[in-house]
Amino acid sequence: MSRVRAVIVLVCASAASLAHAEVALDQRKSGADFMSAATRAMQDDDTANPAMLSTLDGESLWTEKAGDAQKSCGDCHGPAPQSMKGVAARYPAYNVARKAPLDLSGQVNACRTDQQKAEAFKPESAQLLALSAYIGLQSRGMPVSPPDDARLAPSRAQGEALWSQRIGQLNFSCAQCHDDNWGKRLGSALIPQAHPNAYPIYRLDWQGMGSLQRRFRNCMSGVRAQAYPYGAQEFIDLEVFLSHRARGMPVETPGVRP
Amino acid sequence: MAGNMGRALISLPAKAKRGAVIEIRAMIAHPMETGYRPDSQGRLAPRDIVNRFECLFEGEQVFAADLFPAMSANPYLSFTMRVDAGGELAFRWRDDSGAMAEEKRRIEVE
Repeated sequence: MSRVRAVIVLVCASAASLAHAEVALDQRKSGADFMSAATRAMQDDDTANPAMLSTLDGESLWTEKAGDAQKSCGDCHGPAPQSMKGVAARYPAYNVARKAPLDLSGQVNACRTDQQKAEAFKPESAQLLALSAYIGLQSRGMPVSPPDDARLAPSRAQGEALWSQRIGQLNFSCAQCHDDNWGKRLGSALIPQAHPNAYPIYRLDWQGMGSLQRRFRNCMSGVRAQAYPYGAQEFIDLEVFLSHRARGMPVETPGVRP
Repeated sequence: MAGNMGRALISLPAKAKRGAVIEIRAMIAHPMETGYRPDSQGRLAPRDIVNRFECLFEGEQVFAADLFPAMSANPYLSFTMRVDAGGELAFRWRDDSGAMAEEKRRIEVE
């Protein structure tokens, strides 16, 4: 039964992908390429990039003992610049204990509850964003490298189906803007290709840090759809699909976006 | 450091030629709550902004600024200074809650 359902999902996904034009691999552009020169300069200069303040918090959280186990991230993993190099570029990844794909912040919280015996960080909390940004920073410049893992395939197919699914009162899919109409304007805003390679980001509009899921929720309320809650399986599926779609693009974490 | 006052990022050269003009950049993590925004309960969030920044070289003020609610979160200030001697620079921020943050950096002349 579940196999039948999986096949139906795959069929739907491939039918949907025919309906819109996927961005060709050599035509892909990072969100940074759509920004003003001033915003790009802000991202490129570590002393002007406000997201670096968050990575400093992440650096001290890395060595802070927490939970009943009284262990820090560093007690198990060692110094992050070595142990976390390239790790964020591989997420979302399949977690064997959870039997499910986890994104990076999901993995941080899995470590918190399972290893440190501490309470999970709240979604979008300053600590969770800071640790994610600090871990992400260790992969900066490395290519987005989604694992070649068959256990991620159902999630990726589901993510691609969601990508092409029309939603909300405005009845738009992600693909209609970000595959079919990137580079054009929506109101005054330039439509980017929606790659996940700079998250978590400092968004000037937010005056603060935010995750990819926060960005998804922004877009969903933009098309007047009911946004999924943080941590929803749909978001993980979209993240798995988007990391595949951005494979090979350099990680920019922690990015700045307008 | 207390309340909303967060970490600071300061950029300046470690060494400069005597008489050279250097650029100093200072940024501090602060939400710069304007006092005009409603919170999730619909109440106005009280104003809490960094209202004063000062930079002192060996106790002598070289740059100061009064800040107002139109400033963005995490205010970033860039200014220049002529280096006549080596010494210590102190950077001070004060916010509406009275919280202070101070960072120190040394500069050498060559």
